[in-house]
Amino acid sequence: MEADIVCVGFGPASGGFLTTLSRGILNPDGSMAIESPSAPGLPLQVLCYERADDIGFGVSGVVTSARALRESFPDLDPSQIPMAAPVGEEKILYLLDPVGASRRPALMRAADVAIRAVGRILGVKDDAMELPWTPDFLEKHGGLVLSMGQFTQWVGQQVMGSGAAQIWPGSPVGEALIENGGVAGIRLVDQGVAKDGKPADGFAPGMEVRAALTVVADGPVGAIGQQLDKEFGIPEGHHTHDWALGMKFVIDLPESCELEPGTVLHTLGFPEPEIFGFLYVHPNRVASMGIFVPSWFDSPARTAYRYLQHWMLHPAIWRHVKGGRLRSWGAKTLQESGRRGEPRLAGNGYARIGEGSGSTNVLTNSGVDEAWATGVILAEGVLELLKEKKPFTAENLEASYVRRRRESWVEKGGRIAERARDGFQRGFISGMAGMMVAGLTRGLFSMPGKPMPPHRRVPSLEEYYSGRIAPDEIQAIRKASEATAVSVHAALMDRAGWPAIPFDGELLVSHQDALLIGGKVQAPGGYADHVEFLYPNDCSTCGSKICIDMCSGQAIFPGGDGRPAFDREKCIHCGACLWNCAKANPNDPESGLIQFLAGAGGLHSAEN
Amino acid sequence: MPEYQIVVCGSVVPDPLQTLEPVSGAAGPALKNEMMLPAWLDPWAGHALYEAANLAAKNPGSKVWLVALGPKAKLQQAMMTLAQKVPFELVALDGSASGFADASETAAALADAIQAIPGIDRTRLLVFGGWESASRGSGATMQIVGEILGITDQFQGVDEIVIEADGSLKILERIEGGQHQVSTCEAPPAVLGWATGNLPEPRNNPQVGMANMRTIMPALQKAKPAKLPAEGMKFLSVSLPKQARDTKVVKDMPPDQIAAEIVAWITNK
Repeated sequence: MEADIVCVGFGPASGGFLTTLSRGILNPDGSMAIESPSAPGLPLQVLCYERADDIGFGVSGVVTSARALRESFPDLDPSQIPMAAPVGEEKILYLLDPVGASRRPALMRAADVAIRAVGRILGVKDDAMELPWTPDFLEKHGGLVLSMGQFTQWVGQQVMGSGAAQIWPGSPVGEALIENGGVAGIRLVDQGVAKDGKPADGFAPGMEVRAALTVVADGPVGAIGQQLDKEFGIPEGHHTHDWALGMKFVIDLPESCELEPGTVLHTLGFPEPEIFGFLYVHPNRVASMGIFVPSWFDSPARTAYRYLQHWMLHPAIWRHVKGGRLRSWGAKTLQESGRRGEPRLAGNGYARIGEGSGSTNVLTNSGVDEAWATGVILAEGVLELLKEKKPFTAENLEASYVRRRRESWVEKGGRIAERARDGFQRGFISGMAGMMVAGLTRGLFSMPGKPMPPHRRVPSLEEYYSGRIAPDEIQAIRKASEATAVSVHAALMDRAGWPAIPFDGELLVSHQDALLIGGKVQAPGGYADHVEFLYPNDCSTCGSKICIDMCSGQAIFPGGDGRPAFDREKCIHCGACLWNCAKANPNDPESGLIQFLAGAGGLHSAEN
Repeated sequence: MPEYQIVVCGSVVPDPLQTLEPVSGAAGPALKNEMMLPAWLDPWAGHALYEAANLAAKNPGSKVWLVALGPKAKLQQAMMTLAQKVPFELVALDGSASGFADASETAAALADAIQAIPGIDRTRLLVFGGWESASRGSGATMQIVGEILGITDQFQGVDEIVIEADGSLKILERIEGGQHQVSTCEAPPAVLGWATGNLPEPRNNPQVGMANMRTIMPALQKAKPAKLPAEGMKFLSVSLPKQARDTKVVKDMPPDQIAAEIVAWITNK
């Protein structure tokens, strides 16, 4: 099948791209401004294929400065977008440890003692201290609290309504068509296949969609982005070793909650120092709240769901949400290397935009606005080439897209932020100091640190729990885990002093109920497994198996013989398994033993 | 070979996986956050559409229309998923798809739209739809559509249609006791309210999607408003069963163990 432009993935970057492009390829009266080279007589043929079962499924809620969004929509009225609210009060809370199980460094423990001692003076309440000021680089005044699901649906409706582009959800892209050192289009995944990808009932081979330009916007763990990185390499000195998993609830707030729409709370310090939390208030007594578990949290049994529950139960959070009810749940991988994770932005027949193109600003903790901006920038470059009837060669895209991007505020911000988080490689305190130094000196100085993949930095379970849990006991927990096909983290956390979660069936629900009530997770039949264990024998020798503990949906579990197994029906496609493998790939030491491909299904909630 | 004109009546419903919460609004009962919920083609109507497409494919020269009544934005959303499945031409009506709409008003709007399709020929017309709806359907809409159109050959709970050599239609309808009733209809027009049929959901086909979209977007742009005033309707109360669940997902559990757990659960209750 032929098209002119094919996009991979529909998120904020594609939203910015298609919004801008659609305004350029049609005249205001809807007539054709640019004719399709592939279908003469028709307008430019623009297709966008989205992996998830609908647009807006599986993306996450944000607070954004909305600079690029407002440039695209100067008359933007937040009330027209469900769950959108102008940013109001912004607070940063330092959370003390109310349960005594948090793994805090000695300096932090000493600080906690001091803070508690002079708590009245510092205004400590509910085991939390509000920071006296929010640094400029973290402020989002004038911005928006959004549900990315609802925002993406709103954008998609407008793009589709323009008639200038077609967006097709439920259509995972299996691979880019690599020809003559460039990209000639895409091939959708096969349908009607068994788990192993072999043809089964109703087999339909993935269709090729050939296009002059392929726009890769499939996010930080997208299959096509990964393929292009392998095929064309990434620029010298760049890496994608820094990641985080964001996991969140969308909840109905209790009647007693006094938080106003637009309120933004950020937390640090608990449940573990490396884990950051957020609570954003939407209109109509709805809130998004959750945590980020970063790759520099060196626990070999790190997990997100259990920690999210402990974070919710912290008195400073619980007082706002107690009596609330779960509406939606989800999780997503975030590329935290920022501009240093930037791949090759363009080549013959392709361009990359969005989070997977290294656009996230890791100092301001801002990604959506930047991703949107990269889409807008690419669209401006593409329209220039179309009007000049120039082909989408690497050289032309370099001149029209990459040049614009280098001159943009996204690039300037990305450069300031580039080393801001390096300090976290050496610990929480060093990391926070590095963020402040980088922010206050606009990137001139930062704390040093060398990002590394997990297999070079994460200790063994025995090392991590040294002095707290005996090696024999850890081994017994491992065996019990293998026998019952559950991850080890629950038993280890129990043993390390984390209290049991008092399930209430409303807000504190089991992990599986979060999938069912909140995520509404689905896996349509007829598609192959998209998570593969490349070297199962090597997996069996892995003593930590972070892939199991960090799996957001418990889709990866002990499968016997020491090997992990995968259940597609629980997978929410967060991609955490891709960067949480503690064993080096023998053929590619920078990556792990898990292959994360494009697959169908996942979350069925558009409120995240 | 007969050339049928198959009109499928089908609307959107919230994704069945969502938690639906009835609320009383200013305009009567509604679902909480209904416009935020993902929308799909009603699965019962989906079966009807796939059967229609299958019948049209087997009888060249036949054509399928989908007459859909729902909020325009939600129809557009559903089409993004549906349009890749089978070829059809959309006739869009912009109105409420709420399960609280009155069946007779909905049927009248659908019948008007069918009669307004250019070139409709009653001697070739088959009106398909779901015999039920995932959106609290009354099971009456298709029958009323048929009544308004003056089509007296009506079949409900249909699972199969076979075109006989003489052009008559052999139709299997579900009846009580898990049985099927076999009927023969001499010729169109006829109304068929489908149960599940026998066809799997078609695979996504990008070429079908591109072809469909050329008519879908113009149809959505000129969608006529369909007002459903619901005069005389009164809902005394709407409620949702209380959820209390502690789910565990266990695969390959022996039937005896499953039965034992269910008995224990009932006994404890």
